[in-house]
Amino acid sequence: MVDGGQIASRRQRGKSASLAVLAVLSILSVTFFRLQILSGNHYKLQSEENRFRAISVPAPRGTIYDRRGRIIADNVPGYTISILPGPRDTIVKTLGRLGKDLNLSEVKKDELIVKNRARPHEPLVVLENANFEQVSFVEERRPQFSRVVVEYRPQRRYPAGEAIAHMIGYVGEISDRELENERFSGYKAGRTIGKAGLEAQYEEVLSGDNGVRYVEVNALGLIVRDIDSERGQIAFPGNDLQLGIDLDIQVLADSIFPAGMRGGVVALDPETGEVIVLYSHPTFDPNQFVGGIPTDLWDTLRDDPDKPMLNRVSTASYPPGSTWKLIMASIGMETGNLGIDTYMQHPCRGGLQYGNRFFRCWQGSGHQGLDLSGAIKNSCNVFFYQAGQRIGLDEMMEGVKRLGFGEETGIDLPFEIAGTFPPSREWFDERYGRRGWTESVVWNLAIGQGENQQSLLSMAQFYAALATGEPPIMPHLARLELLDQRFSLWNVGLPTEQRNELIEAMVRVVNEPGGTAFGSRLDRWTLAGKTGTAQNPHGEPHSWFVGFAPAHDPEIVIAAIVEQGHPDGMPSLAPPLAARIVDQYLESIGTTPESNLKEEDLVYTALTGQSPP
Amino acid sequence: MNLTRRISGLGDPLLLGVIILMSGLGIAMIYSAGQVEVRSVATGIWVRQLTWLGVAGIAFVVMSRMSIRFLEWLAPWVYGVSLALLLLVLGIGTGPSGSWIELGPGRLQPVEIAKLGTILMLARIMSGNPQDFAGLSQLWKPVAIVATPFALVLLQPDLGSAIIFGAILIAALFWSGVPLVKIFLLVSPAISLLLGFNWIVWGGWFLIVAMCLYFHRPFIVESLGVILANFAGGVLTVPLWNTLADYQKNRLLVFLNPEVDPRGSGWHLIQSKVAIGSGGLFGQGFAAGPQKRLAFLPEQHTDFIFSVVGEELGFLGALVFFALFGLLLLRVLRIALDSADEFGSTIVFCLFAVMFTHVTLNLGMTVGLLPIAGLPLPLISYGGSFLLLTYAGFGMIQRVASER
Repeated sequence: MVDGGQIASRRQRGKSASLAVLAVLSILSVTFFRLQILSGNHYKLQSEENRFRAISVPAPRGTIYDRRGRIIADNVPGYTISILPGPRDTIVKTLGRLGKDLNLSEVKKDELIVKNRARPHEPLVVLENANFEQVSFVEERRPQFSRVVVEYRPQRRYPAGEAIAHMIGYVGEISDRELENERFSGYKAGRTIGKAGLEAQYEEVLSGDNGVRYVEVNALGLIVRDIDSERGQIAFPGNDLQLGIDLDIQVLADSIFPAGMRGGVVALDPETGEVIVLYSHPTFDPNQFVGGIPTDLWDTLRDDPDKPMLNRVSTASYPPGSTWKLIMASIGMETGNLGIDTYMQHPCRGGLQYGNRFFRCWQGSGHQGLDLSGAIKNSCNVFFYQAGQRIGLDEMMEGVKRLGFGEETGIDLPFEIAGTFPPSREWFDERYGRRGWTESVVWNLAIGQGENQQSLLSMAQFYAALATGEPPIMPHLARLELLDQRFSLWNVGLPTEQRNELIEAMVRVVNEPGGTAFGSRLDRWTLAGKTGTAQNPHGEPHSWFVGFAPAHDPEIVIAAIVEQGHPDGMPSLAPPLAARIVDQYLESIGTTPESNLKEEDLVYTALTGQSPP
Repeated sequence: MNLTRRISGLGDPLLLGVIILMSGLGIAMIYSAGQVEVRSVATGIWVRQLTWLGVAGIAFVVMSRMSIRFLEWLAPWVYGVSLALLLLVLGIGTGPSGSWIELGPGRLQPVEIAKLGTILMLARIMSGNPQDFAGLSQLWKPVAIVATPFALVLLQPDLGSAIIFGAILIAALFWSGVPLVKIFLLVSPAISLLLGFNWIVWGGWFLIVAMCLYFHRPFIVESLGVILANFAGGVLTVPLWNTLADYQKNRLLVFLNPEVDPRGSGWHLIQSKVAIGSGGLFGQGFAAGPQKRLAFLPEQHTDFIFSVVGEELGFLGALVFFALFGLLLLRVLRIALDSADEFGSTIVFCLFAVMFTHVTLNLGMTVGLLPIAGLPLPLISYGGSFLLLTYAGFGMIQRVASER
């Protein structure tokens, strides 16, 4: 039994225990008061930070149309699969589980891990263009992939693929270096940008503004619902872009370009400067770049000796070969050294001696005596050796420079390169030493060889000027008014009469038997042009053709090159290619056929409605 | 007062009312804990808790029907069986920390039975042979009674239950009139064990113990024993630490600095504080707490159920719960005080101490005042075995109340 004293001391202990209970509850109350009342707003904010996420809503890039409104680039619904930020080993583990079924290569996985190391606090995009099977694979195993997010993101699509590759370029995820670039200020990591071609050139036009939406996420980072927030922004799609390109012709160029060869073709509307065709071969499929190009594919493209990524129209230059003879003729006429019926001192006997060196003509048997028109028709080197000498090095260099051949044409594509031509005698001195060279350089320069490299585009510009008699408008792919600019460059500056004489000579090249492109004449229209066979130290000569049609009312100027496309004794590959494109284009725009008839006959037909007698 | 307390079989009606009210609140909070937008084990378990409540109710009635003397007679048997079960669980235990025994349809946590058995046994020893506790060595029996299950539990290892056994021992000694200094000297080796991480702090502690010994002047052998035990505690700290499970180490470390690993172990504490803090004065509304709803709050139906209370019912709701817990604890304390039976009184006080420890550690843990020990909140947290123990305890308490 409990005695009195014990009861008294127990009362004491009971009091102590009661006090302990009250003390603990008081401490707890104070703590909860501080947490819930004093810091309540802080924790409310933290709770919102916990569960609200700003999610970038990607703006669809603008659609790119050809001249007839056909789609060159548009967007299709796509999905990205990414892993939420978290501990590295979790991400590696998730990646391992995803890898098997999403067909991620080991290389790709390693790349992703490196990427995650660089940006550990951002979602790691594993697949940018996941297909339906991949998305459903993840969605069906939701509990297993709690840290994997599938997001909608519009994907770029190029229906014509390889046919338009070099013109359109490609898109890709913005790189760290680009992020630092002022041009991309305001861009965030992970955003898709134009990397080459028109996609890069018109990034600002096409990209649009990404929107922001606020969502509630759960502890696994999965989006539970959208939140109406004043801070949210809808995405503004990029502006559409219309091109002067004719997609049909572009596809035609792709299909008829000699298989296995390298080269390019460009066609312009000489009146407007619009680019009708811009094609380079070999090509690549820009669709493969959408959502990140697989490393092995990229390596293949990069290491391919044929350089499929190279735009051979505007970022490559070649010795222009005999297509250069029209430039010589033009300068010669302008400087008074040549007329259309000028004969040179030495007729062509298959070559010409200069000092101890024999300069050959392409036709070993010789062209005999030719005037300028005949020399153009037959592409006689001997004539132009002498014409070059008559013009003289100084006037030649000055004329070429005045025409604009050292300049870029200004086409709306990144990385255009200008042609090169010796600018001065000092240039030769520096290169070969004061006595290391002779005036004979003009011989080579006059026939488009030697230190003379031009791009297809600049050649097309000159021929456009020749065709219209006006300084040509800057070539441009996009139909934008601000691009309708006329520079004084490539201004042939000849009286109409003389210009027409040159055009007539070019008509003979194609349409007269014996002309170097006679095989590529058109049935319905007069194609004027000039062939070229550019010597190539690395192999067979390059095949050139530059020209325009219809000769007297030009709708299209074309320049084409097939590298090593004119082996000895074989037909040249560029002229038929160009002719086919011109023919197709003229038909497609409904140009009245000329039927290679004389003008009087056409008038007769027009007046009487009958064919001429 | 005496009239109201003598209603046969019901014991203290106020206590009964509080128990029923809090059980209802518990079911409600477990229901709310299951209202989440992520697949969760907590969804729908309030029904299971309700079933457990029925079973616990039966235990309550059964225990309240057992006379105190019968319990006293039963004490060694319960204690013995519970020790056997603890040994068994070391061998065949299942569950997250290997502390469950599969038992037909349900699972049993022997440690909960062991707590009851230890309390009964301790109360029997302490009340059976009243002593003046002049020497520490006289305390070897109660120490041994607690030390055996304590050691078995530590082997599992179950830190939370080990703490409860400590609390039971201290409570029983305290209630039997053992001077506080003696209790202090007795538990000082355990403190040494904690402070052994830092030799300077431990040295300071050692000095305090030495001062106590000097002024209190127990027998020389006992003094030597205390010193040796403290010394051993300090030395054993690091080796024992290394035997702890990683999650337990983490819990202790995170208590010191939750930001150490905000995505890992610190996550619990940070999210709990955010949930409670964002509740404000009135809370986010019953079942509507976003932290819980979106699964930011871990273990929202068991250890962190009070974070749900804080988030959804606010400061006012928390105060109501504090008041109810205060009422409950003080009422139990009063029954212990009022009991004329030494054995019954000791049982009730020990049960009071167990509940008090649970409430303190659980609530302290949710706001970061105390380390995460993994102790559930009585009557509120989900969990069958603990509910059963709680109700069996209340049954005994009510029996003691009615036998006054």
